[in-house]
Parts: sequence; C-alpha cells; structure tokens
Amino acid sequence: MQPPEQRDEVEMLSLMLLIRRFEERASQQYQAQKIGGFCHLYIGQEAVVCGAVAAARPDDYLITAYRDHAHALARGTTADACMAELFGKATGCSRGLGGSMHYFDKAHHMYGGHAIVGAHVPLGVGLAFASKYRDEDRVTLCFFGDGAINQGGFHEALNLAALYNLPIIFICENNLFAMGTSVERSTSLKEIVDRAEGYDIPGTVIDGMNFREVRDKLAEIIDSIRKDPHPAFAEIRTYRYRGHSMSDPASYRTKEQLEKFRLDDPITRLRAQLTREEKLTNEQFDKMDKHAKETALASVKFAEESAEPPLEKLYNYTYVNAAGSGEARPAEEASA
Amino acid sequence: MREITYRQALNEALAEELARDPNVFLMGEEVAEYNGAYKVSQGLLERFGPRRIIDTPISENGFVGLGVGAAMVGLRPIIEFMTFSFSLVAFDQVVNNAPNMLTMSGGQFNIPITFRGPNGPAHQLGATHSHATECLYANVPGLKICTPATPRDAKGLLKTAIRDDNPVLVLESELLYSSKGMVEPEDFDLLIPLGQAELKREGSDVTIVCYAQTVPLALAAAETLENDHEISAEVLDLRSIKPLDLEAILKSVSKTHRVVIVEQDRPFCGVGAEVCYRIQKEIFDALDAPIMRVAQEDVPMPYNERLEKAVLPSAEKLIAAAQKVCYA
Repeated sequence: MQPPEQRDEVEMLSLMLLIRRFEERASQQYQAQKIGGFCHLYIGQEAVVCGAVAAARPDDYLITAYRDHAHALARGTTADACMAELFGKATGCSRGLGGSMHYFDKAHHMYGGHAIVGAHVPLGVGLAFASKYRDEDRVTLCFFGDGAINQGGFHEALNLAALYNLPIIFICENNLFAMGTSVERSTSLKEIVDRAEGYDIPGTVIDGMNFREVRDKLAEIIDSIRKDPHPAFAEIRTYRYRGHSMSDPASYRTKEQLEKFRLDDPITRLRAQLTREEKLTNEQFDKMDKHAKETALASVKFAEESAEPPLEKLYNYTYVNAAGSGEARPAEEASA
Repeated sequence: MREITYRQALNEALAEELARDPNVFLMGEEVAEYNGAYKVSQGLLERFGPRRIIDTPISENGFVGLGVGAAMVGLRPIIEFMTFSFSLVAFDQVVNNAPNMLTMSGGQFNIPITFRGPNGPAHQLGATHSHATECLYANVPGLKICTPATPRDAKGLLKTAIRDDNPVLVLESELLYSSKGMVEPEDFDLLIPLGQAELKREGSDVTIVCYAQTVPLALAAAETLENDHEISAEVLDLRSIKPLDLEAILKSVSKTHRVVIVEQDRPFCGVGAEVCYRIQKEIFDALDAPIMRVAQEDVPMPYNERLEKAVLPSAEKLIAAAQKVCYA
C-alpha cells in the first residue's frame, strides 16, 4: 500500500492522461463533423485543473470559462457524459442543451462552463457569497483565462470579493493568448498577477506545467482561505498546444514557442518525477495511458449510441414549474 | 383593507418575504444605510441587519452576477436597480446568465432571483435615465416580467416574484411610488399570480390594454371618453408582460371588438406589437377596426419638458386613438 500522497499523484497523472486522450478524441470527432459549434481544447494545460482539484475538497465550488471539458472530467464527470454533451445527446452532462462551452455537473459541484469572457467571474463571487452567507467553509475555485482580465465584470468581481471578504480563489490560466491576441497586445500590465494588488488581494505566480507546484501552492492558499475567509489570486502560467478553437491554426505564434512548452509537458514531467522516485514503472504508465485511450474511445461509442434530447421537451427547460402556467409557447407560435 | 402608498406596499412585501425565508436577501446601491434611493427599503437594515440588506458599490454587472451565482446554490436574491435604465450596464448578466442557466445546464440550475426597481420614463430625466426596458427583456425566454400599477399589485406581485423559482423582473414606476390604494391588512399573505390581467373598468365599445404607469392614464381617458364622447371603454391592466394573460385580452376584445393598446415603451418591437399580433392571429374576425397603439415616439428621450410630454403616451393621444377605432 502506497502512502496516500503517492497514490494520489499516480491517480492525478492518470486523470491528466484521461483529459489529454479525451481531448484528442474530441478533436478527431470534431474533424469528423460529429461535434457542432465551437470546441476549445485543454491539451497542454492539464496540470492546472488537476493540481487545483487535488488541492481542494470535492465539495468546494468550481466554476470556469468555456475551455471547460477538463474541469468537468477533473471533478468526476464521466468521459461518457462529457463526450455525449459534445455530440448534443440527452445523456450529456447538460443533456445536450449546453454544448462544449456549457458543461454543468451539480452533483460534482461543477457550476459551468460559461462562454461570455469574464461574465462568470461575478457568478463565482456569488458562489463564495453564498458560502459565507451560510457560514460554510467551502472555498470557490474561479477559473478564467488571461483574456478575461480586461473585462469590466472581472474587475467588479474582484472588488466585490475583496469588499465583502469572500472565500474565493481567482485562478487565471494564463496560456499567453486570448484567442489570437497575446497578453502583451491586450494588457497594460507586465505581470497579470499585479491585477490583484489593485484590489488588495494577495497574488501568487505558479508554474502551470508543474503539477506538484500547482497543487502545493494552491493547497496552501485554499487552506488559508478555509481558516479565515478572504479572496486570493493565482496566475498560473501554462500553454495550450492547440489553437484557440478547432478552426484556429494558431499562426500567430511560433513553432519555437510551442516546442519550448512541449518539452516542458506537464504529463511527461510528472511521469518523470514519479519514475525517478520509483513510484511509477513504465508498465504502469503504459497501462494507465491505454486505459485513458480506451475510456475516451468508449465515450465516443456511448455518445454515438445515445438518444437525442426529445423534441417534445423543447419547452421544458425554459422555466421551472412551468407546466400549465401558460408562458411556454408552442413551437409553431415561436417561429411564426 | 387600508390605504397605503405603492412604496409602502413594496416595503411590506420585502419585509414579509425576508422574515419568511432566511435565503432571501436584498442587495443593491443605497438599499441599506441610505434606506433606498426611493426609500422602498426604509427600515430594512435596522430590522434584518447587514448580512441580509447589503449595500453595493456602483457596479451593476458585478452585483447582478453575484446574485445569479448565489441563486445557483439556492439563495433567493432580490436585486434592486436604482432604475432599470442602469440594468443595461448589467444586461449581459440579466439576459445571458440568469435566464439561460436552466437550459444550458440541462435543467440542473434554476435561478430564483428577483430584479426590481423603477422602470420607464419619470420626469425630465433625459435619454439615459428614462428607459422603458420591458420590451427588451420580454424578448428573452426564461425571464418573467410584471408591471404593478397599484399598491395592492405592487405588494402581491413582488411577493409572488420573490417566491418564484425563475428570474423575475418587477418593473416598478417612480411616478407611482407615492400613489395610494387599498391593500389588505399587513398580516394578510397577499400573493397575486404572475400572468393574470385585471379588469380595472368594464366597458362595451373599446378595450384599452394598458400596464404600469399607463394604467392611471387609461382610467382617466376612459372617464373622459364616457363623459364627453359617449364611448364606453373597458380598461384591462396586463399586470404581467410575461407570461401574458392572452385569455383575458381575447375575452375583452371579443366583447368590445375594438382595441387600443397603450404602452410606456417605444413603438418598434414594443409590447403592444406582440399583443396586437396575438389578437389578430386568434380572433381576427372579432375585430371591427384595425388595432391602434399608443406608445412613446420613436426618439431618444429629450430633456425639455414640452418635448418630453410630446414623446410620452397621454390621455389625449389615447382618447384620439379610441375615437378613431370607434369611427367616432
């Protein structure tokens, strides 16, 4: 029996592999036109959400932006439910009504999946407000990208969190590009973390390619918030290997930059650390990777075989307790 | 029954629901220490304390989003807009987050939030502070909208809105805050369902469909039509824009065969356009004249008093429209 920390690290490596293989499979299915709309992949950033989830409690609130597949998977949403959502199927984590950018899983405290840049940061503050209102010791993990930090809602949210002293950690996944616009071209500050200082919120910079650093630094911050509610800010420096979305060839960045980060791959790095410490064998790793690939492949089969959301329930999700109250218009009427 | 003001009625509704449900809290600019920009929240901080009556900075996008997030985990926020003109700063939260969450999450997250505050033109506030937002929000599936015109409706609709499990906008009126009306005793649990219009005056020649601050205007016009023009006008107060009480509208129009819709918003894609469409679609043959609408003029609101008056719907415009549909 391994000590818990070691077992956790192997488990987390396995989770990172699942995320990567899931995203690769999603990419393939998108190209095969099985997936509609937009699809933003997390490949390269796996250590960020996995480190955060390892540092937090399962009932801590988690909310993120539109690059959200990994956040659901990390929280425990099944690959089946995640892939089925991309396929727009009723078995998806949002019943096929949300899509890639709107993953939700209440049972796993995953509060979305939000696609208007910066607009969910105030929602995260609301989750933290609710914990404090109810005198609970939950911490809210509010993820967003470097592209969100110039939106008004982001600034308003930080100010409110500081003003009301709410238990929230703002986690900026700085992957250097907001779509095709680099941080230097979007942000007047040299260091994103300095945004926090303007609101009297303590800020930390973390290497997002290093699982252990993400986990340990976030654990320290989360513990301090849990003991004494307050907001905190972490700028986690990471990199996405793929374009912004599936349709983006990412011609705005250099091959050299991509290669530099790929050499520092978070999965390779944690694997090497564990192997060096004799906590993981090559056979174990291969087995885990094989399992991740099989899980991702099986999720495609599951999604393909799942039913579409029923047309006759089109109006069922506009209002709750709406049956018979008259506000739902028949489809013929709405399109007239 | 006793006579109280519209403002007092809203205050009673807030106090009763705060006392009833510990998940309810009131948040907005100047709601606590200042007792409300229009004194609707007078005394609530003293009674319920700063945990539940919460002042915010001028930061609508931020605190509306906070409310939506808190509602995701079961709190029941009441968000006060100092005026709904300022809700436009939080338009994305009101339109994209509150009403979309239920669908986007496949039914996992409903948002039991109430947005309230004065809406519509008041008096010489100029273009930025005079918006009638009902037609903007009525276009958004997932929102409910009510527009109380009397103290009784203000109390009963606000209490219902707070208990509703969906996002509800209670569009009050600055011009009505000091108006008085009869309301049940304080301890009476007055709940008025959303989506029920009320017949304010019976008549036989023409139906005047109205809501919010056009209700007193319609009643005054009906009086003049009766006395000076021998036209018997029926006045129907919608009370809710969404859901819309189509049944009550059709019932009245089937009786009078003529309609004037008087609304406080702009004419293009306004509330009246929808009501008009529904009437002609359902009971075209019952109509004896084309439906007329009296709305604002289609211009940004001018400050000048005379011009502002010219932009707004008035009893005179309404009387002229009623005469026209009656071919009088």
